[in-house]
Amino acid sequence: MRRLRGSQLVIYTVLILLAGFSLGPLVLMVLNSFRSRLEISMDPMGWPDPFRWQNYVNAWRDASLGTALTNSLMVTGLTVLLTCIVASMAAYALARKRIRAWSGVSLYLLVCTTVPVQLFLIPLFFIFHRLGLVNSRAALAVIYTALYSPFAIFLLRAYFLQVPVELEEAAWVDGASEWQVFTRVLLPVVAPGIMTVALVVGLWSWNEFLLAVTFLQDAALQTAPVQFFRFTGRYVTDWGTMMAAAVIVVLPVIVAFVALQRRFIEGMTAGGVKG
Amino acid sequence: MGAPATIPAGATAGVPKPRPRRQRRSELKGWLFLAPALILNVGVILVPALLTAGLAFTDWNGISTPKLVGLKNFRDLAADPVFWGALWNNVKWTLIFLTVPIIMALVVASMLLTVRWGRNLFQTIYFIPMVVATVISARVWQQMIFHPISGVLGWLSQHGLNPFGGNPLTNPSTALYSVAFVDNWHWWGFIAVIFFAALRQIDPALLEAADMEGAGFWQRMRHVSLPLIRPTIVLMMIMTIIWSFLVFDFIYVITQGGPGYSTEVLATLTYKRAFETFQAGQASAIALVMSALGGVAIAAYVWLQSRGWDV
Repeated sequence: MRRLRGSQLVIYTVLILLAGFSLGPLVLMVLNSFRSRLEISMDPMGWPDPFRWQNYVNAWRDASLGTALTNSLMVTGLTVLLTCIVASMAAYALARKRIRAWSGVSLYLLVCTTVPVQLFLIPLFFIFHRLGLVNSRAALAVIYTALYSPFAIFLLRAYFLQVPVELEEAAWVDGASEWQVFTRVLLPVVAPGIMTVALVVGLWSWNEFLLAVTFLQDAALQTAPVQFFRFTGRYVTDWGTMMAAAVIVVLPVIVAFVALQRRFIEGMTAGGVKG
Repeated sequence: MGAPATIPAGATAGVPKPRPRRQRRSELKGWLFLAPALILNVGVILVPALLTAGLAFTDWNGISTPKLVGLKNFRDLAADPVFWGALWNNVKWTLIFLTVPIIMALVVASMLLTVRWGRNLFQTIYFIPMVVATVISARVWQQMIFHPISGVLGWLSQHGLNPFGGNPLTNPSTALYSVAFVDNWHWWGFIAVIFFAALRQIDPALLEAADMEGAGFWQRMRHVSLPLIRPTIVLMMIMTIIWSFLVFDFIYVITQGGPGYSTEVLATLTYKRAFETFQAGQASAIALVMSALGGVAIAAYVWLQSRGWDV
């Protein structure tokens, strides 16, 4: 490693500059969320003096963030719950049951993970419209569940495959039913996988835009990203308030990510590495 | 971009064999466990996707009864310069994302492999833009960096230092590249983390051997680490092609396809035709073309694999 050590300084310089590139816009977002319109237009890179916390109060009120965050929580919570249930059941079947159509089912689910939303969006919207399911947060959560469960199934199947069969066999001998074996014996063992799925699917549904903007049109039902999109389309010059609203929507996500980064990264890059 | 990345290694590996006597009952129970996920998927994705394929051959405004018109939608698209412009923008987008983020990610991942301190810290920082909602990062870039009054570029203009002379987002010749720049900002770190994970699986002895031979950073990268992670690179390139034909969020939020049609791509065009001008039949035709282009990338990948390529 001797030759490389000499170039370490160059390498660290590049890595630090790129870290600045990644964080720079987010730092601007946070700093300017405390500043007034005038201060930002004078110098967008200045330090807040004073810190105008009022921006946050205004953002919360003007962008109806209380309602929007509640909607986001409901949609995200329901999506995570449904996805964990249906995906862990399916993953169990695909890992433990000998199903002749398995390769077909697997291929179908694989295609589902890369299918463009636009391919099913148009008929789905008009069907939901006719069924009165547009402007329903639960219906949106069902769409998300369908969209994200193939990913969750593949991730969880890998976890189920790692569980030794002997573990279930002991329960079978004790006369446990299929459902009991699944819920009492296997689910606790694959809990870390379910946790990863919950975090990743939670992140995706919290941030999702295209389906949310299409299926929730009533302002009182919109999720936080859509509400932010609409709000910033209207108040285009109140940059301080706009950035305060952005911080409110993004902060929970960044805190959760930094605290649980290993699981997030494991889940989001799952399948990306071929070794 | 931001679709789930999942072509799991060994997804089609074998399933343990249960005792034959119980097999039929076991298979039935298996289907019961699969049913909720499959029913949801078929109802939300497969059936509407098939309907889209059918609607592409109809004249439909979304409300009336669809009227069968054969290939008219496709003929109209073939004669529509907006469609070709959008397709061309998708091609440019693909070329940008096949090169810029992948090269950045390879260099950075290789660099991370050589440093002792801060690997995880840098990795976390590069990944953060990926977890920020697209709408938010799009607005932050648009208002805090590109904007002529509130943005950094505006500030540079006031001091006569703006290399673009104005807002590159409102200039048709630079708008697409500017949006791609923002998308890449959130994207390259994700790929870097994937490449870094792949590089870490390489036997360190191989890299040390290269060191002993006196190979520098670039030689080591070119002759040792890159060939060893080639399958991961190829997979990411295939996914890049698929995602590049689906790109929607950043463009829709930042420029809505404008100015003019300079940043229009197939996904934004589909959306506008379906929900703004109510040409749902024609929008279905565009969606079908988009999906077919992604399908070609998947088919090429599967074909290469079946030919025994190590990809």
